[in-house]
Amino acid sequence: MRSVQAAAALSTRFTTLQNGLKVLIQEVHTAPLVSVWCWYRVGSRDEAPGRTGASHWVEHMNFKGTRNIPRDQMKGLVERYGGMWNGYTWIDETTYLETAGRNALDQLLFLEAERMANGLYEPEDCESERTVIISELQGSENDPDQLLDQEVTATAFRAHPYRHPTIGWLPDLRSMTRDDLYDHYRRYYIPNNATLVIAGDVEGDDVLRRVERTLGSIPAGTVPARTLIVEPPQLGERRVVVERPGTTSYLKMAWHAPAATDREFFPMLVLDAILTGAKGVNLWTSFRGAPPQRKSRLYTTLVERSLASSVAGALVPTAEPFLYTVSMTAMQGIELPVLEAAALEQIEKVREQGVSGEETARAVRQLRARFVFENDSVTNIAHQLGYFETVTGPGFFPDLQSQVTRVTADQVSEVARRRLASTARTVGWFKPRSDGA
Amino acid sequence: MTTAAARGLSAVRTVLDGGTVVIAQETSLTPAVTINATAMAGGAYEPATLPGLGFLTGRVLDRGTRQRAAETIAEELDDRGVALRVATARHTMSVTCTCLAEDFRDVLDIVLDIVRYPVFPEVEVAKRRAESLNALRQDHDNPAVRAVETVFELLYGTSHPYGRRAKGTESSVERMTRDDLLGYHAARVRPTLLTLVVVGDVPASSAADQAAVVLEGWKSAPVSDEPVPPPAPAHRQERTLTIPGKSQADIAYGFTTIRRLDPRYYAYFVLNNILGQFGLGGRLAENIRERQGMAYYAYSAIDPSVGEGPLLIRAGVDPDNVQRALAAIDQEVSALGSAGPTPEEVSQSKEYLIGSIPRMLETNDGIASFLQTVEQFGLGLDYDRRLPGHLEAVTLDEVRAAAAELLRPDRAAVAIAGP
Repeated sequence: MRSVQAAAALSTRFTTLQNGLKVLIQEVHTAPLVSVWCWYRVGSRDEAPGRTGASHWVEHMNFKGTRNIPRDQMKGLVERYGGMWNGYTWIDETTYLETAGRNALDQLLFLEAERMANGLYEPEDCESERTVIISELQGSENDPDQLLDQEVTATAFRAHPYRHPTIGWLPDLRSMTRDDLYDHYRRYYIPNNATLVIAGDVEGDDVLRRVERTLGSIPAGTVPARTLIVEPPQLGERRVVVERPGTTSYLKMAWHAPAATDREFFPMLVLDAILTGAKGVNLWTSFRGAPPQRKSRLYTTLVERSLASSVAGALVPTAEPFLYTVSMTAMQGIELPVLEAAALEQIEKVREQGVSGEETARAVRQLRARFVFENDSVTNIAHQLGYFETVTGPGFFPDLQSQVTRVTADQVSEVARRRLASTARTVGWFKPRSDGA
Repeated sequence: MTTAAARGLSAVRTVLDGGTVVIAQETSLTPAVTINATAMAGGAYEPATLPGLGFLTGRVLDRGTRQRAAETIAEELDDRGVALRVATARHTMSVTCTCLAEDFRDVLDIVLDIVRYPVFPEVEVAKRRAESLNALRQDHDNPAVRAVETVFELLYGTSHPYGRRAKGTESSVERMTRDDLLGYHAARVRPTLLTLVVVGDVPASSAADQAAVVLEGWKSAPVSDEPVPPPAPAHRQERTLTIPGKSQADIAYGFTTIRRLDPRYYAYFVLNNILGQFGLGGRLAENIRERQGMAYYAYSAIDPSVGEGPLLIRAGVDPDNVQRALAAIDQEVSALGSAGPTPEEVSQSKEYLIGSIPRMLETNDGIASFLQTVEQFGLGLDYDRRLPGHLEAVTLDEVRAAAAELLRPDRAAVAIAGP
């Protein structure tokens, strides 16, 4: 049995090609698999008004065929090797992944090279994908919690582009053109704005040669400067109420969170574990399913007292200050003001009285375990390497365990006092209307 | 206790004196262990008068044992970063979690205590009953859940174990008592119906040794279950449910299929891949998403089980496009059913399914689920090595025959839920 510390010590090989493409290689020889992730430093924060959703739409278009891979042959390229593929876009990043048998490596690199340089963006494919994305948006709107999340985020931010949903606003999705998408693609999909991660049953020198051969000749471009917008301080509580037909009330509270590289991030992560249970920091896998939370403050206050049927906290590492969100589902017969008052009473208690050494130690133990669980496959290992290289820059990921272990109860108490102030919060209600089903 | 070593994954299977099967597989990627204790205690075995009893029993199972109060269990698991899940399916109730290898002995003790000695405290029954009722109300507002539940009702009828709602009804959940839960546990969570799978960074022998100590003296007679009744003959049925305020309509379109141990299983499995899995979602996604741009998702899933499980087609579309999407599904089902797949499709799908086995068996969680299925259906500990051969042996004619038997739009059950 190996120790948690020994397992966390990855020996990742880091190289930058002449065209600026960063390459991270992690050998993992436990299964005959390889996972390839290609990350781009572009997300919904990089979209101008009127073009919201462009990054996500571009991600969709990059599965539609390239100069050397006709659309109907995209399908089957990875499947021939038993592989799975996908991609996602969020506020800071866009990424593509394939995990397949190790002998697929050349094909996977070829696919990423084509995606980076040779996307076709046929007008009819852009049109067909417009309605697919609108369908994706409508599907998420069917979920009252997601609808409320969108409204709370848009209310919490006044200036920063984190305010708009990654999928985009519906009017923008209706009006954007093929050329808008292609311009966005060409601006950001250049090797010196990307990080390629390969993890699996491969040999480092061999992988690097293959990467050089496949992606080394793609010309560098001019890396677009990111618009730096600082969200002005919030001066008072903000509220949003969504009323729709439905059966259940939902409550959401959000506070401005520290960026991942802020010294307050790890105390805030421990605070979230104390309030709602530790999730971990793997956006790809760690936010599915309930965390260990039955002794957490808000679970014992709200769920055990039958005020809510669920409570969930979300603090995700981001490049700039995003949100810390707590979401609750009200029990039948519990009015939203009652649920809100109970949640805020506990929040105020933490702010006024601080947290104990014992609960801090428990939260740290939880996070230490979650950091192990969320690296249980070559897919997850490659995700974590690429995510943090893209969002925080080098050095952050290998230091996770030691950073969280150093957090003290005083730091957590201080961050609760400063960050969870009433004037800095946004409260969202979903009130079901009685004309619901 | 008797022990036999496997040739495949290298899992070790042990039968304890009371009849509980323990299967252990050592792995080394992370210093973690997945524990999966599964009993044949799914909703199919609950009395027809109390639908949802299996679900509620699962919800309260880990809320107190003879030795541990609910709060003690919560504290012991939270302290170790362990999130315990109790999932009730049609035939199985599974208690699963992942812990650090250094915590393995303590956590296995807790899991086995929960499985063997739950006490279902009244106060916990009341709380989890209220939460179940809340979940039922949430489901009532969820078009995807409503469409799928309705198609199961249409396919099997509400008196069939597969036609009932897993969470039950408001009336049945309100009627359940602590005694009902105790009785259900005593009847279904017993050593002869229990399989413990342990996968991770611990020696394979340690799981069986420890389980033998904790479960010592727990004995039960074998249980002989009634066979799952065959579904009624199928004919085209359609039902539309209105859920105000929703942006999208959900379509569920299904057939009943075959049992898991039916010799046609692998041909059906390949057929499903061609229809609604390969690539973005097989022929269905190629038509509905790629060519017509109507849906973010369109796919099919097949679930042959102890009884004749379903093949379910799903799509979420703009309410104005429901009839167009339904016509596209009918068209693809009909075309594949009448003309069968092409040789290329069969060979591509077989290649994909065989190649995906190492991925399925990469994580501790994946291996544990696989080994539970192997034990449930008596597939043999070397099944991971034999599975490629089973898939390779599937012929074009077999898939054509499966398609002709199954894919008949005039036999489909269809449910549409939306605004």
